[in-house]
Amino acid sequence: MADNFDLIVVGGGPGGYVAAIRAAQLKMKVAVVEAKHLGGICLNWGCIPTKALLRSAEVKHMLDHLPEFGFSAENVKVDLGKIVARSRGVSKQLSGGIAHLLKKNKVTVYDGYGRLMGGGNLAVNRDGKPVAMLHAPHIILATGARPRQIPGLEVDGKQIISYFEAMVPETLPKSLLIMGSGAIGVEFASFYRALGTEVTIVEMLDRILPVEDAEISGIARKSFEKQGMKILTSAVVKKAEKGPASVKVTVEVGGKEQVFEVEKVISAVGIVGNVENIGLEDTKVKVERTHVVVDGFGRTGEPGVYAIGDLAGPPWLAHKASHEGVVCVEAIAGLNPHPFETWNIPGCTYARPQVASVGLTEAKAKEAGHEIRVGRFPFIGNGKAIALGEPEGLIKTIFDAKTGALLGAHMVGAEVTEMIQGYVIARQLETTEEELMHTIFPHPTISEAMHESVLDAYGRAIHF
Amino acid sequence: MAINILMPALSPTMTEGKLAKWLKHEGDEVKSGDVLAEIETDKATMEVEAVDEGFIGKILVPEGTEGVAVNAVIAILTATKGEALDAPAAPAPAPVAAPVPVAAAPAPAAAPVAVAHGERVFASPLAKRIAKQAGIDLASVKGTGPGGRIVKADLAGAPAHAPAPVAVAAPAPVAAAPAPAAPKPAAPAPVITAPHTKLPNSTMRKVIAKRLSESKQTVPHFYLTVNIELDKLLELRAELNAKSPKDGPGAFKLSVNDLIIKACGVALKRHPGVNASWTDEAIIQYDEVDISIAVAIPDGLITPIVKGADRLGLAAISNTMKDLGARAKAGKLKPEEFQGGGFSISNLGMFGISEFSAIINPPQAAILAVGAGERRPVVKGDAIVPATVMSATLSVDHRVIDGALGAQFLATLKGLIEEPLSLLL
Repeated sequence: MADNFDLIVVGGGPGGYVAAIRAAQLKMKVAVVEAKHLGGICLNWGCIPTKALLRSAEVKHMLDHLPEFGFSAENVKVDLGKIVARSRGVSKQLSGGIAHLLKKNKVTVYDGYGRLMGGGNLAVNRDGKPVAMLHAPHIILATGARPRQIPGLEVDGKQIISYFEAMVPETLPKSLLIMGSGAIGVEFASFYRALGTEVTIVEMLDRILPVEDAEISGIARKSFEKQGMKILTSAVVKKAEKGPASVKVTVEVGGKEQVFEVEKVISAVGIVGNVENIGLEDTKVKVERTHVVVDGFGRTGEPGVYAIGDLAGPPWLAHKASHEGVVCVEAIAGLNPHPFETWNIPGCTYARPQVASVGLTEAKAKEAGHEIRVGRFPFIGNGKAIALGEPEGLIKTIFDAKTGALLGAHMVGAEVTEMIQGYVIARQLETTEEELMHTIFPHPTISEAMHESVLDAYGRAIHF
Repeated sequence: MAINILMPALSPTMTEGKLAKWLKHEGDEVKSGDVLAEIETDKATMEVEAVDEGFIGKILVPEGTEGVAVNAVIAILTATKGEALDAPAAPAPAPVAAPVPVAAAPAPAAAPVAVAHGERVFASPLAKRIAKQAGIDLASVKGTGPGGRIVKADLAGAPAHAPAPVAVAAPAPVAAAPAPAAPKPAAPAPVITAPHTKLPNSTMRKVIAKRLSESKQTVPHFYLTVNIELDKLLELRAELNAKSPKDGPGAFKLSVNDLIIKACGVALKRHPGVNASWTDEAIIQYDEVDISIAVAIPDGLITPIVKGADRLGLAAISNTMKDLGARAKAGKLKPEEFQGGGFSISNLGMFGISEFSAIINPPQAAILAVGAGERRPVVKGDAIVPATVMSATLSVDHRVIDGALGAQFLATLKGLIEEPLSLLL
């Protein structure tokens, strides 16, 4: 006998649990099937625990600069065990919070792996054995993704590691080579470098943080290099030879091979969707390059089966998954929501310096045929940034010269990840430069640089 | 305790309306469900029913006032008769319509007129600017943002949801708009000195003027005319009408127009490309065959819709049309009964018009103009014989429908009408 629900969500990450709670708010009877941790990768092995680690890195940075602020300290010691334990504690606390939220919303949680059985049925398996059979007219797949493996450079968990292992180091490696310079790569680079590890980043494309605006990438790169990182772009890892205590990594840069001997290698070269073992084989669900093909409401080729989040394709961001979940559920409930769109999804990287952006880069805006106006404002012109001792940073805004639409905003520097939402709201409300210029920004804040960047796009910046 | 009575939104696109008539007066007792007033929108007259009970304390908008913004306070309801109203009523939940973002702040009782003439179209700043640059009148655009707010996407003529034909999408792709600094100047009003009488434009007249001007100016029309013999259709009609019960629910009296509606329904089903709308991103083909029928009413016209015309039986079409026509003339159609449709028919045959060309009813892509059935000489073989013939002219939006498709549609229609038994297949 199957347990009947209005909606089953497979996967309890930021896509799945948010979808479940939204559905419960809409009076649906909801089940969540989760095999590992509620909160998913984001909360347990991604966004959140890395922020805890990076907070420790930030404290370390402050300690390194104490004299500037009028302090001196001696005999400062790094306790890596405690740093990691704090990070794990944060995840544990929040994962427990999700369990509580689901309970509060009367969502039933099944511990196990979900597998589509056809006709709205879903089997829950634990340790290879079926433990429950569920039924619902609507099933949302939110099984997420896992690190992509490069043949010959597979993660072994010891010398070549993924974000899982990189998050819980037992000892601080003396040297690290990081493959990939997306958000995950540079965040770990930042963390380990702050604690004193020799860090080398290898990026295949011609610049780091390749999805960001080229100017912002360049500023971030300079800052990382100033901190002592070695950065190789347009570079490909050819092979890795493992020795007893080190890995010899051969990298091809500009047609020449260089060999780096490092203690560990972090592989951060993207992800693949978890499309296996969930019963897609006997359905009309279409899978392309490890991601499920969906429409703007998360609908797959199979009626009654939906997919959201990392499983449904890029950008691979928790907030994208959550929003997709809400749109999917509201469409199921017949609320007629607007379809999910990707034009206004902000992206944040919590390295030192932070990077945050939304919308089109300068290059993409030109490529799309826009005649543009570009505003720039450096942190050195902002009083608060200087007072904080954070004078390095830039806010770049890109407007459509004709309509005044804010096409994109790109920020690098302290606290920018907390500020980007100002531009995201502006874009969602379809403001033009005029409303932004007329908005009063509080003084003294770094956010004033956001205002100045807008003014600068129209030749009106005051403080630069 | 005073309650504000607000101007209701009778359709999702309504932003203002005319307060045509008060049926309750100051001091009258009001019970829930009582009709308080009649509101004239762009196309219909609707009744405003009371939700709360009490007494009409004050009428703020006199009857006959035009351009009353949705959610403006039109009257104040008090709990007891003659209750003092020196202070404006506290903003209360709108008693009539579903809550919509408040369009105008509730006005103090002392200054009702300013509110009555206030009007606000909700649109994003970017949408406002693009509309200004492209010379688009925002009042003609249906908003799909929160609370019906007009957003940029609505101007591109690419609605995210199925378009509601009552709102005319932006006429031209925004990219092709004229130079930004030079919005189209409005033509100066001609100075008329000859003795004359001024007939103020009704809301409906303004909508007709605006929508049809936009259609003729922005939709690339072309016209296809076909002559169709009606004799067999007239025979079938007489035969069927003779079989109708005298009265009772099963009674019917088919008109030629009813048969033409049915034939168009079947022809549209066979040529779905004609049952379609233009948007910048895609041609939208409608799943259902819903036909708008132009009906003349005092001071204008309205297009009630026969829904599922391909599937309805002739008696059902006939009775539906009679009901819609009667209620259209009485101004009692509900918005959903005249908003929508994928194709239009305009028939002036009853006035003896031989043939004419109609203006497309946007966002539809075609309209059929039907002339009178006339006895005309027809060449059959080598002989000239008399036959009852009507001319029908299809006006076509060339962006959606090319000549060949339009011609194929008319050929199908001609075949169906000339061999009307095939309608029964």
